[in-house]
Amino acid sequence: MAKAKITFTDIDQTVNVPAGTRVIEVSEKIGAGIIYGCREGDCGTCMMHVEEGWNNLTEPSVLEEKVLRENMASRHDRLACQAQILGDCRVKPA
Amino acid sequence: MSNPPSASPTDIARRGEAIEILPGVHWIGALDPALRAFDIILRTANGTTYNAYLVRGSHGVAVIDTVKAEFADEFFARLESVADYDEIEVIVLNHLEPDHTGALPELMRRAPQARLHISSRAPAMLKALLKPREEDPLEYRTADTGDEVSLGERTLRFLHTPFLHWPDTQCTYLVEDGVLFSGDVFGCHHCDSRMFNDRCADFRFAFDYYYAHIMRPFKTHVMDALKLIEPLALKIIAPTHGPILRDRPRRYLTRYRELSSASFAERIGNEDPTLVVFYMSSYGNTARMAEAVCAGAEEAGARVSLYDLEGGEIQPFVDLIETADALAFGSPTINGDAVKPIWDLLSSLAVVDLKGKLGAAFGSYGWTGEAVRMIEDRMRGLKMRVPVAGLRIKLIPTDEELEECREFGRALASAIVSGEKGRVIDFADLG
Repeated sequence: MAKAKITFTDIDQTVNVPAGTRVIEVSEKIGAGIIYGCREGDCGTCMMHVEEGWNNLTEPSVLEEKVLRENMASRHDRLACQAQILGDCRVKPA
Repeated sequence: MSNPPSASPTDIARRGEAIEILPGVHWIGALDPALRAFDIILRTANGTTYNAYLVRGSHGVAVIDTVKAEFADEFFARLESVADYDEIEVIVLNHLEPDHTGALPELMRRAPQARLHISSRAPAMLKALLKPREEDPLEYRTADTGDEVSLGERTLRFLHTPFLHWPDTQCTYLVEDGVLFSGDVFGCHHCDSRMFNDRCADFRFAFDYYYAHIMRPFKTHVMDALKLIEPLALKIIAPTHGPILRDRPRRYLTRYRELSSASFAERIGNEDPTLVVFYMSSYGNTARMAEAVCAGAEEAGARVSLYDLEGGEIQPFVDLIETADALAFGSPTINGDAVKPIWDLLSSLAVVDLKGKLGAAFGSYGWTGEAVRMIEDRMRGLKMRVPVAGLRIKLIPTDEELEECREFGRALASAIVSGEKGRVIDFADLG
């Protein structure tokens, strides 16, 4: 299975994950600072900033785009409960 | 429209009028002295207050936060004692929880010209709260740190302070007068109609209790917020619950910093990974396992603490857990379950940030032995990692089995060390 590395820069920890893993599945276990609310892409609590590897996450859905807009997301912000990891990336809490 | 100087705040509060904090700055909140349980989880021995404020500038009036819906009449009566609705230009919502926004829909109806100001993380929550129809969308402005609203000679400046204690929270600073409208930060559930901290009863325990239950899970965000607040020239802190802090307000910043400061290990300058082992034992078998687990973990470089839950209260143990890197729970199995003190402790951790902590379970059992797996499931539910599979030993541990316990402790301590910064961890090892 293809692998990818995700680095949580707020705690300086990197995890080697199977491609397709959602960020949420990794971040809580590793103790990153991203906070979760509904866990289903609705509340916007888990907004994260993608420092590198923006294109190595799955495309945001129409619903995620809407939630990001509502939460005044800046460029390269994503919802950690929605984004799946396809390749190496570096993220931190927004 | 200021209050007569001879009237005490208590008299004014009882009369249902606004209380002057400074000329042109009034408390227009509500008293709820009968409340004994707030949000189910918080107890209060003498009720609470829902604090809302009114600031008058030369170019209009701002209302900062409102009150719980059932206290709206009290809020509007106080507001009307110092301003007319058509003067209100600005409504600031520092926090959208219903105890501060219950009177908002009616306030918006009475002052339709007023513009809402909320934090940049609040729009979705505001829409969920007010449920606007599609043909009548909400109008509001979002604020980030440093954004300002002018009321003429007075200026409101916003501080983005998310997760204190919801994503939407912010503080609002009245620049010229040094007043921080802090939202729930620096608040407490204490109802005292004398309203100012230099006149109220001793509420220190209520202040600490409120912090422990509301702000403690968000310590990192408290520290971030303090970095924004501490440089301000502060004369008064005006929170949304409890007394207005006008006498030496910086004391309360210092207290927050103390309560939010780093772990015990960092305080004593010891960076060794820390493991706390809790156990219960009916015949001494799980206790012997616990001692062997500790011995193994120490060999592998962890600083270990061992506690018999039979001999302590829950709260100090919660404090220990908060500052530990890893936890291990030892329990016998009785009637197919772990024993109650273990569950009492594991159900008391809602106020502690457990993200990234390691957990492990072990125990001796007579004939079924479900406790270990059940404890592991609970720890995973609390977002802890369980890197080493639980260890169950039937009845009395042999020397070989005690060696297994030591190896279990060594493996757990190694997992803490391998979690050190900068190293790449495999997803499968996260447990």
